[in-house]
Amino acid sequence: MDKQVTREIMYREALNEALQEEMRRDPTVFLLGEGIGQRGGSYKVTVGLLDEFGPKRVIDTPIAEASFTGAGIGAAMTGMRPVVEILFVDFSMLVMDQIVNQAAKYKFMTGGKGRVPFVLRSQGGVGNGLAAQHSESLEALFYHIPGLKLVMPATAYDAKGLLKSAIRCDDPVIFLEHKLLYMTKGAVPDTDYTIEFGRGDIKRRGNDLTIIAWSNMVGRSLEAAEILAQEGIDAEVIDLRTLVPLDKEMILESVRKTGHVLIVQEAIRRGGIASDIASIIQEEAFDYLNGPVRILAGKVTHIPFNLNLESACVPQVKDIDARAKETIYTEV
Amino acid sequence: MYLQEFIIHLYKTIYTIRIFESRCIQLYRQGLIRGYFHPYLGEEAIATGVCASLEKKDFIISTHRGHGHCIARGAEIKRMVAELFGKREGYCLGLGGSMHIADLDTGNLGANGIVGGNLPLGIGAGVSIALQKLDKVCVIFTTDGASNNGVFAESMNLAAIWNLPVIIVIENNQYAVSTSIEDSTRQTELYRRGGAYGVTSYRIDGNDVLEVYETAKKSVQACRAGEGPVLIEAVTYRHGGHHVNDPGLYMPKEKLAYYLEHDPVKISKRYLIEQAELSETDIEAFNQEIEREMEEAVIYGESCGELSEEEFDKMVEHY
Repeated sequence: MDKQVTREIMYREALNEALQEEMRRDPTVFLLGEGIGQRGGSYKVTVGLLDEFGPKRVIDTPIAEASFTGAGIGAAMTGMRPVVEILFVDFSMLVMDQIVNQAAKYKFMTGGKGRVPFVLRSQGGVGNGLAAQHSESLEALFYHIPGLKLVMPATAYDAKGLLKSAIRCDDPVIFLEHKLLYMTKGAVPDTDYTIEFGRGDIKRRGNDLTIIAWSNMVGRSLEAAEILAQEGIDAEVIDLRTLVPLDKEMILESVRKTGHVLIVQEAIRRGGIASDIASIIQEEAFDYLNGPVRILAGKVTHIPFNLNLESACVPQVKDIDARAKETIYTEV
Repeated sequence: MYLQEFIIHLYKTIYTIRIFESRCIQLYRQGLIRGYFHPYLGEEAIATGVCASLEKKDFIISTHRGHGHCIARGAEIKRMVAELFGKREGYCLGLGGSMHIADLDTGNLGANGIVGGNLPLGIGAGVSIALQKLDKVCVIFTTDGASNNGVFAESMNLAAIWNLPVIIVIENNQYAVSTSIEDSTRQTELYRRGGAYGVTSYRIDGNDVLEVYETAKKSVQACRAGEGPVLIEAVTYRHGGHHVNDPGLYMPKEKLAYYLEHDPVKISKRYLIEQAELSETDIEAFNQEIEREMEEAVIYGESCGELSEEEFDKMVEHY
């Protein structure tokens, strides 16, 4: 057996490796998207893949999101495993019929006979001044739709293992990356590994408070946890990694231990995933709670271009720190 | 010119669709079929002629008005009736119904409740065929209504730039629900749009099954030879409103009268007499056989059971 070598690589490189390895492993895997070939993708995730796999498997598309996404879905229905890239999750609004009415429902509408092994890769969240139509966090829209898996990795390791699982999954997967994570580095083994959907990851163990997060809020929550630790608060940080399926057991187990919960999401609060998780916790672990389940979410707004206002709109480390203290010092 | 057997096959398919739709409308009126039901009455020759040009290995993807395509691809009408009754023996376990009926075994990727929604999917089937270097084609049935949706333009363009083995068949029944083609677009000859994308395009009489068949056959040959895609505009007319509960009062009487006379069943029957040299008696025997089969299908459908809530819950457990 080859010796496993673990290197520090970037999130975007980890995604690139996942695509490359799966394309080598399975000839039915191919890529569709805008500028993914020669240009290597807006965030360089597909760099080098055109050279290795050629233009038949790394297909640059016209700016016709609904149809090239639908083409990916149709190819998935007929034996292929396409990975479609939508540049910004904001643009996925152009493809909602194909995702919601076609991909998500196909297996159901055919009485379980149809299969759609399809991955939609996109990225969301605030960057640095990308303004209202390139900065949204829209995962709640997909979370709401039965029949879709929803994956949001926070680290390079998770990005690679989860993307490989997404490609091997027989159901449509919405795989949302975060634009501020592409350049972050993490330890990634060079061996073939996958990460099972529905398994959260405890990124920091603690006893006083459970912080639940995903995507870019995981790193910020971990930073906040270190500040809290200096003040004697021992926070546990759960990275959900996949929102559908949701690792309910991991959440409940942690809540039963700590009695205090803070859910942190970059997306706006209204109709969001944090609210749904809070409702699950109060219903299934009410007796273990020592205070109300708290949510820290983005402001209910579009993302402003002004940089100071932009950072005010989504949770920062200091906000998580403050909200965590509110959570734990609630009188009961 | 044609084998007698072939002409008979075309007629039987058309008549089966006619009887299936007519009988199911009765069942709908009796409350045995629920939901939306978009009859294919008057358009039967298109599905029949196109599917006669295909082989078993090929794909089709269908519309909201999809019973005819399903039958023409060789589905069993008893399982179609079961589906329309919402029964477990139906093609989709009774979960899909009229608008989502699919028979993957005959390469029918399914009907679609979203007008135009099937176009990108059919393009995807074409991509799949091309990437796997399969000797198959995919027929995308679409409509004049869908032709004014954005995905029509996008899909035409994708099919063209990727040289896909795809045949886009516009069933131009001249109404988008209740809005006439004249009110929907300035250029009402929809095949002309193909030229804008560099796609070979034909406009044909969609009620004449042999004209449909010949055009589809040369289109299939072109696709198999790597010269796809092809656009076919098959002009036709509904025998009634948009769905069973739409009386279609906006349809001019004279025009409807013309098309009731210029009817796919009558035209294909004429071919039976003129080309296949069959008699009225022979034809009556075919008709009776089909009507009997339909009655058996209804009895079968009624005898079928339904998926239980427990079974259903298990199916959707991980949704």
